[in-house]
Parts: sequence; structure tokens; C-alpha cells
Amino acid sequence: MADGAAEKSVANQEEVNMKKSVILGAVTIASLSAGAAVAGTLDDVKARGKLNCGVTTGLVGFAAPDANGEWEGFDVAVCRAVATAVLGDPTAVEFVPTTGKTRFTALASGEIDMLARNTTWTFSRDVDLKFEFVGINYYDGQGFMVPKELGVTSAKDLDGATVCIQTGTTTELNLADFFRANNISYEPVPIETNAEAQPLYLDGACDVYTTDASGLAATRAAFENPADHVVLPEIISKEPLGPLVRHGDHEWGDVVRWSLNSMIAAEELGVTSVNVAELAGGTDNPEINRLLGTEGTLGEMLGLEADWAKNIIMNIGNYGEVFESNIGEATPIGLARGLNAQWTDGGLLYSPPFR
Amino acid sequence: MATVTEPPVESFRLSMLLNDTRYRGYTFQFIALLLLVFAIAWLGQNLIQNLQAAGLDISWTFLGEPAGYDINQTLIPYTSQSTHLQAAWVGVLNTLLVAFMGCVTATVIGVIAGVLRLSNNWLIAKLMSAYVEAFRNVPVLIWILIISTIVTLLPAPRAYRGETPDVEMLFGAIAYTNRGVYIPAPVWGPGSSVVVITFLLSIVAMFAYRRYAKTLLYSTGRLLPTFWPSIGIFFLPAIVMFFIMGQPISLDYPALQGFNFQGGIQLQRPLIALWLALSIYTGAFIAENVRAGIQAVSKGQTEAAGSLGMRPNRIMSLVVLPQALRVIVPPLISQYLNITKNSSLAIAVGYADITATLGGITLNQTGRAIECILLLMLFYLVISLCISAIMNVYNNAVKLKER
Ligand SMILES: N[C@@H](CCC(=O)N[C@@H](CS)C(=O)NCC(=O)O)C(=O)O
Repeated sequence: MADGAAEKSVANQEEVNMKKSVILGAVTIASLSAGAAVAGTLDDVKARGKLNCGVTTGLVGFAAPDANGEWEGFDVAVCRAVATAVLGDPTAVEFVPTTGKTRFTALASGEIDMLARNTTWTFSRDVDLKFEFVGINYYDGQGFMVPKELGVTSAKDLDGATVCIQTGTTTELNLADFFRANNISYEPVPIETNAEAQPLYLDGACDVYTTDASGLAATRAAFENPADHVVLPEIISKEPLGPLVRHGDHEWGDVVRWSLNSMIAAEELGVTSVNVAELAGGTDNPEINRLLGTEGTLGEMLGLEADWAKNIIMNIGNYGEVFESNIGEATPIGLARGLNAQWTDGGLLYSPPFR
Repeated sequence: MATVTEPPVESFRLSMLLNDTRYRGYTFQFIALLLLVFAIAWLGQNLIQNLQAAGLDISWTFLGEPAGYDINQTLIPYTSQSTHLQAAWVGVLNTLLVAFMGCVTATVIGVIAGVLRLSNNWLIAKLMSAYVEAFRNVPVLIWILIISTIVTLLPAPRAYRGETPDVEMLFGAIAYTNRGVYIPAPVWGPGSSVVVITFLLSIVAMFAYRRYAKTLLYSTGRLLPTFWPSIGIFFLPAIVMFFIMGQPISLDYPALQGFNFQGGIQLQRPLIALWLALSIYTGAFIAENVRAGIQAVSKGQTEAAGSLGMRPNRIMSLVVLPQALRVIVPPLISQYLNITKNSSLAIAVGYADITATLGGITLNQTGRAIECILLLMLFYLVISLCISAIMNVYNNAVKLKER
């Protein structure tokens, strides 16, 4: 039994190592053999004492360094949650900024252990690019933002417009589909990062900026006069955004998946960063007890400490707390929960049971 | 007395491959070749094995699938429903376009700056030195970004809107915006082909006349004027034919329509930034090549020509430059190669060259990294070899003929 598991994990590790060398090979066409097999990602991270987490190059509210250079944001919280679960320390994260184009190479090559960069879960990314999306932390859709002075009220009025888009994204493909389906034309201006797009859009080098609606809200919040810009009513796609890891390392995938789920479940169960210490003393709700590690052996099954989820909620907060403090209605970004409310409140958030 | 004894004709023995200095070199070269082949085979084998183990296969079918993305500058028909291969061709043509434009302008700038740097006028010579040093010593990527930023500072199209617009079009025909520059485009009416053919013929005629003038000069010593007659032959017949045919070629002026200028020819911001940056950057290198070439021609040549009574312009064009070309052309080839390869920095400003389409969006959306990078390498290799071949032919034409 133990042997079988060991064999399995060795096979996984080799697969991972192979993949690292494949990407190297793609660039150098000199893929030397992967060397001695090393441990899986979970053991790697534990041994390293730091989690390498891929984030955006900077999108206020989702992932951006604050005035002191500390990364903060909604996606950053997922990285910190995983670091807390594995290493017990929310600051044990090396944040690696990635662009829409570099993110998948960074993950596939092993440069980062996981990617939390408002990345849309799509069929081909999952199946063809061989990644594993472990869940969805934000249900989104693609929108358009235009300066108010243009007087545009619908995306269908955008015939002939110049549109700024980030390359390597689903945005780019949705945009082409939308304009073709509506039989109108546009001129794409491809850019690498959100930071590059802002001056182009503000100087009028593009008429329209299009990306995930959450990203538009975050971008607009950073403008000097956010009120001069409107987000058009059309949402032209489904963009379920979530963290992802490499295919094949299922133990690691489980850790990231359940770290995210623990925050979602905590909100549903009413566990917050404020009351978690008290609840960890034991409650009469067995699911809370299992979540916080006072009952059962869920942590051990993941290869983590028993109080892994308790630490997450204590240090990072539950999903609702993270949402409200980073992108919620009280912040300049001002996003409503909408689809991202708990299923019990009419939203789509639904964590599988902790059992 | 020394007697010359014929060396005995030795039959070849296998041991000579190691002991005989005449053959030893070949032996080692052969061994090195074998090792190289084995090393490459081993790397290739390793790649294939690792790819298989990772479940990644090399497949080219993605090239036939719809690309799904749009491109802002397409010289051939392309929509988001076209294949990835077509997108790659669009990229190839865009690369060739900017490389060609860059080579032409860089050469013009380089020759002018190189010659002027040797000028006796102190100010001009110093200005040219400053140009060369400033542009050669700042990376081309920085220049691309600087020029792109300068273009973004131009007025937005909406500044041209309204009863009393903030900005007027240049000569009522050219619009300069932060999205690019719009110039009038020719519209070819019926009969315009006659004008074009006349124009082409007059170019041929111009060269024929210059050749005739040259032979006349060499055989009889009579000097025909060439400059004004050349200009005349170049322009006049086409202009006359243009009016005879009833002005068949008209201009389509860009006009503000909706969000953008429509009509005319659009030089987009990325193209302008890349083209100008490559031109002035590489022009600085070419200027140095030109200067080196001119200085390589011994001063005695200039003095000899001067003592024959030739004017400085003629000395330059008839005596110095033809000899300098021999020194200039070989390094010029590598500057052209540099322009072509540096054009892959297009990606920094969103110019849709081959690196941006095939090596960028296609690679990213399909995940076919190995295939795309291989194709990309192949493309740059082929282009570089072609440029080398063409320039070598030219080099052979201008090099010193040894008889
Ligand atoms: N969800 C889309 C688009 C993701 C995306 O690129 N979002 C932008 C704007 S919301 C971003 O995060 N930019 C930050 C950066 O430039 O690093 C995808 O996965 O392809």
C-alpha cells in the first residue's frame, strides 16, 4: 500500500520534471535529461520554505504592491492562504509578476508553483495546455470601458473603434468573436500589461479598453477621474477566474484547491478571522470542527498540520472578508458580490463539504 | 653538392592516420564531426523521449485551424477566421515590410551622416559625431519606446472633431494622430496603367541616358550634363501622360469618420516607432561604416583627382565612393541582418510582425511552443541567408576586379 503510493508519487514527480525540461527544450532545443528525481511540489515548497506564486504585473485590488512594496489583493490572498496552509506563514511567498503571455510558460516550466492571476478556466487551457484549475475565486465576464465624452451607450455602437487589449488572453479571442458576430469592425491595439494600456487609453490612442469586468473596475478606480469613464452594459463572455497548477501533481492540486475552499466554506459556516480563535476551541457544528482541525484528520490527509485551515482564516480571513477588504463595495473598486455571493445568498459560490 | 633525391613513393598505411602530420588533421576533424553528430542525435533523441513522456507530441495541425484573433496591420486578406498559418504569413510580410523600409532609410541616413561627419565644416561634423555616438550607444529597444511615446503625445483623432477643431490636418491632407499618421492614397482610375507604364519606361530611359553619357565620357571625353536631364526624363513623360489620359489618378484623402480617420494610407504608431527607431539606430552604425570606407581610400586619390581639376562633389562620387564601397558593403550586410533581426522587438510596441503573431499570440493561444519557435528560427534563418546572398552578389559586383 505504502509502496504503491510512493511509486505513484515518484511517477508524478518525474512527469513534472519532464515538463520542466520540455519547456527548456522548447527554447534551447537542448533538453538535457531532467537529472535526479526531486520531490513533488508540496515537498518542494516545504523544503524551500517559500511559495513561488505567479500574480499579475499589477492590478489594484487583485494583485499589486502597496506603498511598502508588500503585495496585496484578492488574488494575492489566495497565494498567502496556500503559504499559510503549507508553511504556517502568510508572508512566506515569493510573488512572481507575470503578463498574460508569460504566465503559462512560467507555470509549466516550474518557475512558479501556482498561478493566481485572474486567469479564465477554459477547456483548452485545462486540456491542451495541461493545467489544472483547482476552483473559481471570481465569476466574471468581459466588458468594455469608454470615455463618457464619446457618448457611446452600447458595445454594438463601437463600429470602427480602436480597442486596447492584453495579448495572450481570452479577451483577445472573445473580442474577435463579438465583433464578427455583430458584423462590425475594430482595430486591435495589442499590449502586454494593464499598466501599458492605461496611458494609451487615457491619451485616446484607443477609444475602448476591454478586459474582464472586474479588471475594468479595478483599472477605472486607479484613474484620476473615474467618473469620466463608463463601463458599457454588455458582458460578452463567461470568465470564471481561478487559481491553477500543473497537471499531474494531484497532491499539490489538492492543497491549493482546499485552501481556496476553506475560505469559501468558512464564510458559509460563519467562521471569520475574528471568531476563529474562539471557534477553534470546539463547537457543536462538526463541519466547523473538521474545518478547523479539532475533529477528524483532514489536515493530515493533505499532508499538512491539523490547524492549516484555522491558520488561513486567522491570518487571511474568510472569502467574504477578503472580498470586502480588497475589491468590495467599501473600496474604490466597489464591486458588488453579485454572482460571487454564497449559494445560500443566491450566488454561485459553493464549496464541497469538508468531510 | 646537394643531391635532390626523389622521396620514395610511400604506399598509404593505416597507421599514417595517426603518425603522419599530413593525415592526422583529417583524422581529428573526422572524430570531431562524429562526436558532433552523436551529440546532436543524442539531444534530439532526448527531446523526443521527454516530449513523449510528457504526452506532448510535435504536431503541425494547429497551423490549419482558425486563429481566432485579429491583427491590426494586414497586407494580405486576413480575418479572425483565417488559419494560424495565414496569421503567420501576415506576420512574415509585416516583418519584411518594416525590415525593407528600415534598410532603405537607414542606408540613406547612414550615407549622409557618414559623409557629413568628414565634412570640413566644424559644426556639421560635430553634429554628426553627436548623432552617431548618441544613437549607437543607446539600445534600440529604448529608441523604439521613446519614439512610440512621442507618437502617443500627438493629438488624438477626437481633437480633429467639431466645428472649430483643436488641430487642423497638415496641408488639409495629412492627419497626424497618436494612433499613427494618415496620408492620402492614390486611386487608380481607368487609363492609370498607361501613366504607370510611361513612368516605368522613363526610369529605364533615364538609366539608358546615364549609361550613354558615361560611355561617351570614357570614349570621347565629352561630358554630358546628367543631373537635370535625369530629373527631366524621370518626371516629365509621366506628368505629360497624366494630363493626356485625363488625370486618371486621383487622391483619396483621409477623413475623420466615427472613431477614426478613414481612407488614405495609414502608418500606424507601432510601424512608425519601429521603422524610425531601427532606421536612426542602424543609420548611426552605417554612418561609421561609410566613414571608415571613405577614410580607407588613400588621400593620394583625392589629391590626384583634385590636381586633374575635378570638383569636390565629383571626386567624392567618381573617385572616392566607388572605391569606398568595397570596404562599406561587407559590414553593411550585417547591418541589414541586424535590422531584420531587431525588428522582432516589434512586440514591445504591438507591431504585428512574425514574432508577435506566430511567436506571440499563436504560440500563447495554442501552447505549441516548440513548433512555433522552430518555425520562427527557420524563418529568420532563411531571411538572413537570403539577405546575405543578395548582398554578396552586390559585393562581388563592386569589389576590386583582379585581372
Ligand atoms: N481572464 C482573462 C484575462 C486576464 C487578464 O489579462 N486580465 C488583466 C486585466 S483584468 C490583468 O490581469 N492585467 C494585469 C497585468 O497586466 O499584469 C484571461 O485569463 O485570459
